[in-house]
Amino acid sequence: MPKNEIISINSSSDVVLVRQAVRQFAVELAFSLINQTKIVTGASELARNTLEHGGGGTVNIEALDRGTRRGLRLTFEDSGPGIPDIELALKDGFTTGNGLGMGLSGTKRLVNEFEIVSRVGEGTRITITKWK
Amino acid sequence: MERIAILQMGHFLLVTIQVDMHDHLAMTLQDDLTNRISKTSARGVLIDISALEIVDSFIGRILANIAKMSRILDAETVVVGMQPAVAITLVELGLSLKGIRTALNVEKGMALLRSSLGDSQGGSMDGDAEK
Repeated sequence: MPKNEIISINSSSDVVLVRQAVRQFAVELAFSLINQTKIVTGASELARNTLEHGGGGTVNIEALDRGTRRGLRLTFEDSGPGIPDIELALKDGFTTGNGLGMGLSGTKRLVNEFEIVSRVGEGTRITITKWK
Repeated sequence: MERIAILQMGHFLLVTIQVDMHDHLAMTLQDDLTNRISKTSARGVLIDISALEIVDSFIGRILANIAKMSRILDAETVVVGMQPAVAITLVELGLSLKGIRTALNVEKGMALLRSSLGDSQGGSMDGDAEK
């Protein structure tokens, strides 16, 4: 199994490709079905954000092997407008687009680690990690 | 263009989502269903999502929209067959799918639609025969 894969996100069919690739990594890491579903759902939310708010970007999918601990790390990067108020963007119900405002806050609940770095005018990088 | 098939059975419309839908396909389904309800005067819509491996906030919103629009057009919507892992993930994501009626499988969903419309209405192949 490759240790990582980079996928570009430029259309809504790329979002589907990201879901499928993340699923494959999670299956190969022998994630439980529930954890597979959580990380794939989180990937779908963030891939859509990258597309709609970031104007497209990439995701790096990495299989982590830390001795007894195995996990999956996804890093979404775009060079879009950035997020002016991250705290507000992380609130349940906050939306600028056509979702339900659960994308960021909900994804945070689905994973073990969540990191967001954003600079206005430069772009956004969101990293999520799910341990097995 | 890629489309999800909508089947008509008596007063009901049936949809089985068998593919990993990209967002445009989901929007097309929403539009197609709304048009079909209006054209066929359907009284119920049954959406089988047993093959869906995830429901994210976008698909959740589409399902909620379909339920709302069909209600305005005097039709009930039931979503059936959600996988347990999908249900658990949805709740943690923060989506409760408020306003969407659900049933465990197609059979129970059909029963729910029939009972909500009164037995005379729904589902029979020849429409009014059961009246």
